[in-house]
Amino acid sequence: MDKFKLKGLLILAVLIVGIVLAAPSFFGKGELPEGYPGWKQKIKLGLDLQGGMHLVLQVVTEKAVESRMASVLSELRGQMINERIHYSKAVVDTPMTLKISLRVPDEYEKLERLVLDTHQYLKETNREKGTDGSLVLTYRISDKEAKNIRDQAVEQALETIRNRVDQYGVSEPSIIPQGADRIVLQLPGVTDPERAKKIIGKTALLEFKLVDEEASVTDAASGNVPAGSYIAYMKDGNQPVILKQQAPLTGAFLEDARVKIDQYNEPYLSIAFNREGGRIFERVTSENVGKRLAILLDGKVYSTPVIRDAISGGKAVIEGRFTMEEAKDLAVVLRAGSLPAPVTVLEERTVGPTLGQDSIRKGIIASLVGSLLVVFFMLIYYKLSGLIADLALTFNMILMIGTMSALGWVLTLPGIAGFVLTIGMAIDANVLVFERIREELRLGRTPKMAVEMGYKNAFSAIFDSNITTIIAAVVLIQFGTGPVRGFAVTLCIGLVWSMFTALVLCRWIQEWVVTYKNTDHVSI
Amino acid sequence: MELIRPGIFIDFMKYYKYAIALSLVVIAASLIWIFAKGFNYGIDFTGGTEVQVAFTDDIQTDDLRSAVAEAGFPNAVIQSIGIAGDHEFLIRTPTEGDTGYAAAKKIEDGLKGAYGKDKVDIRAVNMVGGAVSKELKNKGFMSLLIANGLLLIYIWFRFQFKYSIGAIVALVHDVIVTLGFFAFTGREISLTVIAALLTLIGFSLNDTVVIYDRIRENIKKTSGPYDLGNLISASLSQTLSRTILTSLTVFIVCVCLFLFGGSVIHDFAFAMIVGVISGVYSTVFIASPVVLAMPGMVQKK
Repeated sequence: MDKFKLKGLLILAVLIVGIVLAAPSFFGKGELPEGYPGWKQKIKLGLDLQGGMHLVLQVVTEKAVESRMASVLSELRGQMINERIHYSKAVVDTPMTLKISLRVPDEYEKLERLVLDTHQYLKETNREKGTDGSLVLTYRISDKEAKNIRDQAVEQALETIRNRVDQYGVSEPSIIPQGADRIVLQLPGVTDPERAKKIIGKTALLEFKLVDEEASVTDAASGNVPAGSYIAYMKDGNQPVILKQQAPLTGAFLEDARVKIDQYNEPYLSIAFNREGGRIFERVTSENVGKRLAILLDGKVYSTPVIRDAISGGKAVIEGRFTMEEAKDLAVVLRAGSLPAPVTVLEERTVGPTLGQDSIRKGIIASLVGSLLVVFFMLIYYKLSGLIADLALTFNMILMIGTMSALGWVLTLPGIAGFVLTIGMAIDANVLVFERIREELRLGRTPKMAVEMGYKNAFSAIFDSNITTIIAAVVLIQFGTGPVRGFAVTLCIGLVWSMFTALVLCRWIQEWVVTYKNTDHVSI
Repeated sequence: MELIRPGIFIDFMKYYKYAIALSLVVIAASLIWIFAKGFNYGIDFTGGTEVQVAFTDDIQTDDLRSAVAEAGFPNAVIQSIGIAGDHEFLIRTPTEGDTGYAAAKKIEDGLKGAYGKDKVDIRAVNMVGGAVSKELKNKGFMSLLIANGLLLIYIWFRFQFKYSIGAIVALVHDVIVTLGFFAFTGREISLTVIAALLTLIGFSLNDTVVIYDRIRENIKKTSGPYDLGNLISASLSQTLSRTILTSLTVFIVCVCLFLFGGSVIHDFAFAMIVGVISGVYSTVFIASPVVLAMPGMVQKK
């Protein structure tokens, strides 16, 4: 077999692979027929074409650091009492620092040893005399530890959000971290974005706290809150309640949460703790019979039932005058776990299904009209050579679709524009070559010679000019997000394949025509 | 079929002074519009909420404005998008108060109350926070700079420095003219428009490179001294039919996108159309004369 035929076979192989890969996409939205052989994956449509929701969330990691500092502080308080270190004040000062005032400055060394032994990540940053003769110490969490907490918070948030999306039931969601503290969600087909956003973005920190029965609300309102307690508010009506700061039990010990209906037909949540949680619940309830236990969600008090008896078995209920939907969503959120830190929404984009459908339809119309005009134009202007160029254009499209569906790249609406634009630009390579061939023919060269020279002389212009567009497109891929990136990707693939179809496929066909057809002229 | 008679020689360089004068006028006008009127930035770059809504019937913008004001957004910016038959509008609300879906819901309820339940279709809702929009703006303009820089280096590497200066002057020309048109028509500058600008930079350069390639080839062919101006004019004439053909196909395709592509890529197509026209012009009348005007190397490379 000679080199020319071998080349032809290789080209044929590429085209066949392209057709096989692209074929499923031509069935549109419909199912592939029963028993369809070979490659079955269709080209993936972007959210802007299939409708859905795009969310960019930011995890407020600072809060995770702050709440960690709060728990370190409460541990430290206990340790200081055990070690007989007398402090007058111990607070979280800024999210990253603690302030401890020692009543007896001589106990400084004891505290220093304690911190060094059990909290190595705390560094003393300031030591000064307080106004009342106490020694005021400032401790700062090390940057390394703070970064760990932040990273963990993002990782955990990612996990929790994945759980919630699974529970909510979205097919083919994409949930990926971006940068240090961002999470990007793509949720195709979500029809109630507001509800989805609430489910995903709710911190859902469930806490159980004892009501401080000794304190009076009126005293507290005038600023006289006992140490270790604070004022919280009821979810409905905003009445104040005085609660102990410490939460013996949180949603972290939760195993299950279900919606139930009570005898008045009102929904409520029935929750079950895991083994450890059940034990804590039993201990807390048995030690506090007759007192009230507040159930809080994200800082709001939902109910304050009186503990009548020690409760074993680790089950509890949450009431809060829910609607059915609220209760269901809350159960989803509680089952999936709480977010380690609150999240804020940086970006939300929703495309309704009608716009998606419309965009596909319009994109296809624009592509068809555009490409038909170009095809027709080429045919008229360059005759048989134009037909060959049109064939190459068709294969260019097929190879583009095949590549995108094989690599799982997403077709967006600007991506369709990229397709159409590629049609216009890909033809440039053919035009360059054909104009060259015409020039060579005018110089009196034989058809075979003219074709050969045409391709050879046009190469550097085609290569350089495509590279410039590809450079611009690659910059766009780097900077672009979502749909715009889809455009740049499509454009790149299209230009790369256009070089193949124009310089390899067309060339082979034209060489075949002038070599084996023994023509005395080139139809151009 | 031939559009341009073969062997034609047009002395483009004879006219380049007029062309540069024309360009300066257009660029001055563009800059004046840009600075006087400013850009109509979309929410990608300003932050805020944008609701895209389609109606089944013809709706007047002023009428819609008062309906939106009644729904609780008196400061909303209303803009008709797409082509006339689409009955589509963008409603942009400022950053304070309700944002995102909450704002969209209010607007939807308000419009359904005013126009009837089945006449209103909320097609898309976009909310971009302040921090993100600042990032996008920076990234958008950075990407234009980076693309220009990379292309400058590439042309420098493939040709000569003065060629790359010519090419970049032409690119900046195209970008300013296109942006001027956006300022002039009050069209929205969004991420997609930045994408179009980058694409047309690539495309415009594409033209320039082809001509530079021909100039380089002609210089190689020539032995002995030559007149660079004549040689450039000859190269432009030789590639003229290709320049027109390719620009025409891209132009046709962009017009198709503009007419049939739907509201979302309308502005993209508009930018491309302006850019393609400006690109052809700048290739012939800017990129090449600049090479001629640059002092120094006339010798072969």
